[in-house]
Amino acid sequence: MLVKFFFLLREAGVPATIPEFLALLEALRAGLADASAERFYYLARACLVKDERHYDRFDRAFAAHFRGIEGALATLARELPADWLARLEEARLSEEEKARIRALGGWEALMRALRERLAEQTARHQGGSKWIGTAGTSPFGAYGYNPEGVRIGQDGSRQRRATKVWDRREFANLDGDVELGTRNMKLALRRLRRYARSGAADELALGETIDATARSGGWLDVKMVPQRRNVVKVLLLLDVGGSMDEHVRVSAELFSAARAEFKHLEQYYFHNFPYERLWRDNRRRTELGVDTFELLRTYARDYRLVVVGDATMSPYEITEVGGSVEHWNAESGETWLRRLLQAYPRHVWINPQPEALWDGTRSIAITRGLLEGRMFPLTLSGLDAAIAELG
Amino acid sequence: MGRSFDGTDRYIATPELATAVNAAVVLGRPLLIKGEPGTGKTLLAEEIARSLDKPLFEWHVKSTTKAQQGLYEYDAVSRLRDSQLGDVRVQDIRHYIVKGNLWEAFESDVQPVLLIDEIDKADIEFPNDLLRELDRMEFYVYETRETVRARHRPIIVITSNNEKELPDAFLRRCFFHYIRFPDEETMTKIVDVHFPGLKRDLVAEALRTFFRLREAPGLKKKPTTSELLDWIRLLVAEDIAPEALRGDDARSLLPPLYGALLKNEQDVHLLEQLVFLSRRNAR
Repeated sequence: MLVKFFFLLREAGVPATIPEFLALLEALRAGLADASAERFYYLARACLVKDERHYDRFDRAFAAHFRGIEGALATLARELPADWLARLEEARLSEEEKARIRALGGWEALMRALRERLAEQTARHQGGSKWIGTAGTSPFGAYGYNPEGVRIGQDGSRQRRATKVWDRREFANLDGDVELGTRNMKLALRRLRRYARSGAADELALGETIDATARSGGWLDVKMVPQRRNVVKVLLLLDVGGSMDEHVRVSAELFSAARAEFKHLEQYYFHNFPYERLWRDNRRRTELGVDTFELLRTYARDYRLVVVGDATMSPYEITEVGGSVEHWNAESGETWLRRLLQAYPRHVWINPQPEALWDGTRSIAITRGLLEGRMFPLTLSGLDAAIAELG
Repeated sequence: MGRSFDGTDRYIATPELATAVNAAVVLGRPLLIKGEPGTGKTLLAEEIARSLDKPLFEWHVKSTTKAQQGLYEYDAVSRLRDSQLGDVRVQDIRHYIVKGNLWEAFESDVQPVLLIDEIDKADIEFPNDLLRELDRMEFYVYETRETVRARHRPIIVITSNNEKELPDAFLRRCFFHYIRFPDEETMTKIVDVHFPGLKRDLVAEALRTFFRLREAPGLKKKPTTSELLDWIRLLVAEDIAPEALRGDDARSLLPPLYGALLKNEQDVHLLEQLVFLSRRNAR
């Protein structure tokens, strides 16, 4: 029975291994679970899950296995992306709304129905009266006008008091694919450190000093080495075009994290797509800015190019001469991006737009083609992948 | 088997935490603790030692800490100096082997508790260098060609703030628990053990203000448990009445002594604006 659970966990994306599973069995034999379901749940979690980002997956697998509902199993593979129901406004259920929910049979009944319906539905849905999605009148989804609705993907739902621990899924927002704060970004960026000893020799090299002293027959012979420094150089291009407005906060966070993390960081701004001019300071965007050729001449090939932009625009702005919405560009955006990519062989494009929307937007598909796939979403795992690509 | 751990008179352990601790104690595996700052990760080892009546060894890790330092260090410079001064001690290399915390814990006469604090601060390779030591509870001293074995498998508590990912091989050998931010009920218990006999209404008001503050959108740094306790300490010292904490006091926009809860001026400013807006809407 537990073997099945173990495989279900692995299927659900919890990277549990055989020694960990054996440790759980050992703990059970030692009588630590004490015939209590809750204790068993805690014990299994402590043994099998080693990262709080996987707690949510564990909770779902646990619920599915130990309730034995076939339908819930199907939902497991197809989790609701948080951005699917991304919250646009802050509004909570009022007291009378809560009373109405109780009148409908309470949360338990609603959640059960929700689970069943989740199993039926596979696509994002908006409007309508049955499927789960946004802005509809079905009882399930968010931002709808049905007061007895269940909010999915809402942060503060503390109403599910009576449910089991693992059903509360309190760790949902710790999953690795959720958007990240500055601190997490800094940690992700930190992986791009490349240390090298450079500059003045101002650090005592103890091992070498001892060695040299021993060689010179006991006379102290002090050896010095330069300090270790992070030598990674980053050239950051940030989109500040109109469609980026909704990503301003997360882009600003990325920027502040990058500035704290890299000593050699040069940042420039562009509007929608990089053309022949870039801007050093966004507030003075009416000024002429910097010639992109000058940028290419100034920064050497060993800079790593990071472009942050949603790449969401009319395709003409990329492919056509004169396609820019702000000025007449003598050469197409495509030409300019190619030049940049060629000048800096280590490059990535980080896109704050949810990955699920990429295929549906032509300009993103074009940009991705230009980058030969080196476009990553602005999530913790996306940033990790991007850093690995740059490293 | 000896006693099991379920918190102490000054440390509230949730059942989930107690289960993880007891599993680690019984099976003799290290327990890895993560969680928000100020949720008592470091304190846990201290309290386990106190409640199970065992000696505590603490190893605080810094960014420059090497795994070897926990085992032992060979003080070559002293030996060099002694040799130049003609000291006879120089003949025996054992005089220059300085024992680390891990060695000390291994030598303990009774089963000790060993805290490895903030393991993520060290170099990425650090946990990998300790795999065998934590697994077999033994290590080899090259200088003297001897193997040091633990007399009693120590109870090892490792804390991490998630600054670096820990290697899988290391994680496999540990039990893991993530201390999540306490809910209001647990928080009341925590305040109770720290300030027994505190006026009920003051605690209730303080907690309400605290949780409302944590929910304020966009705060750079949310106040933590330890900051709440500091704040309550101040409230008691200043003898603030519970009524003063209530939001409807129009005289001040921010809770009294807010400096204990909010640690940067942007947050203070943000809160002022929020409070101002909500007042205006309420009217």
